Amino acid sequence: MTVSQVVFILLSIAALGGALGVVFARNLFRAALALVLSFVGVAGFYVLLEAEFLAMVQILVYVGAIAILIIFAIMLSRRMMSSETQPWNEQWVGAVVVAAALFAALVFILSRVDWPATEAQVPADSISQLGQALVSPDFYVLPFEVASVLLLVALVGAVIIAREQ
Amino acid sequence: MPADYLPILFFAVVAVVLSAIAVLMPALFGPKRPTSVKLAPYESGKLPIGPARRRFSIQYYLYAVLFILFDVEIVFLFPWAVVFRDLAPRWLGLAEAAVFVLILLLGLAYVWKKGGLEWE
Repeated sequence: MTVSQVVFILLSIAALGGALGVVFARNLFRAALALVLSFVGVAGFYVLLEAEFLAMVQILVYVGAIAILIIFAIMLSRRMMSSETQPWNEQWVGAVVVAAALFAALVFILSRVDWPATEAQVPADSISQLGQALVSPDFYVLPFEVASVLLLVALVGAVIIAREQ
Repeated sequence: MPADYLPILFFAVVAVVLSAIAVLMPALFGPKRPTSVKLAPYESGKLPIGPARRRFSIQYYLYAVLFILFDVEIVFLFPWAVVFRDLAPRWLGLAEAAVFVLILLLGLAYVWKKGGLEWE
């Protein structure tokens, strides 16, 4: 077994264990913390796949910001903080059927794809190439600027929703 | 290279093992004689004045959302900053990033104007 296989198994334990914790934790706050573990595991997968910038973004945005937002959302709702929540409800039979059907469909599709692998090497300075592509008029300068407008719209929307109360 | 990240993995494994030991050993071997005073939340020896799990102000949520948005802005600017010195017409790269930042600066001005940064 190679080193990267050992690392992959460790990361899988972290990511899947965190995901199971999210589903099974009776306390919603602990579920949010388990979600952080799952996010970190996924960031490790990105490092393993030599997508270092994506790994950094995963840590910065998902662990650093989205998880904080979720934890704030829990602390802002009184019922969530005060009592243990019940992960089961009376619709669990239907949920099991839907989840099993989705799992079967995914397995069916994934087993039919032959997963072509490219021979090309991962560029050593992928972040420089990404930076060049982001501002080059031949590549992504328009999406780059549109992303700014998208963030502006999200910002205005957040202010309007939060200021209503 | 993923191999460059092995020290981080090693650090993470050591951190998990050490904290597991620190949490599990007292739980296994420590004497447990709880009283209501011992079970009270500890904050610099002060007496608690209410439950710790009270609801937080909705204002935190707006701050968190604003943080995410400017976080994503940094994510976009980071690759640009790495290659800025090597850009062919450097003024063009500067202008593109300036437009990007200015659009978001409009948003910051809007939040400021609407009083979103005021604490009530």
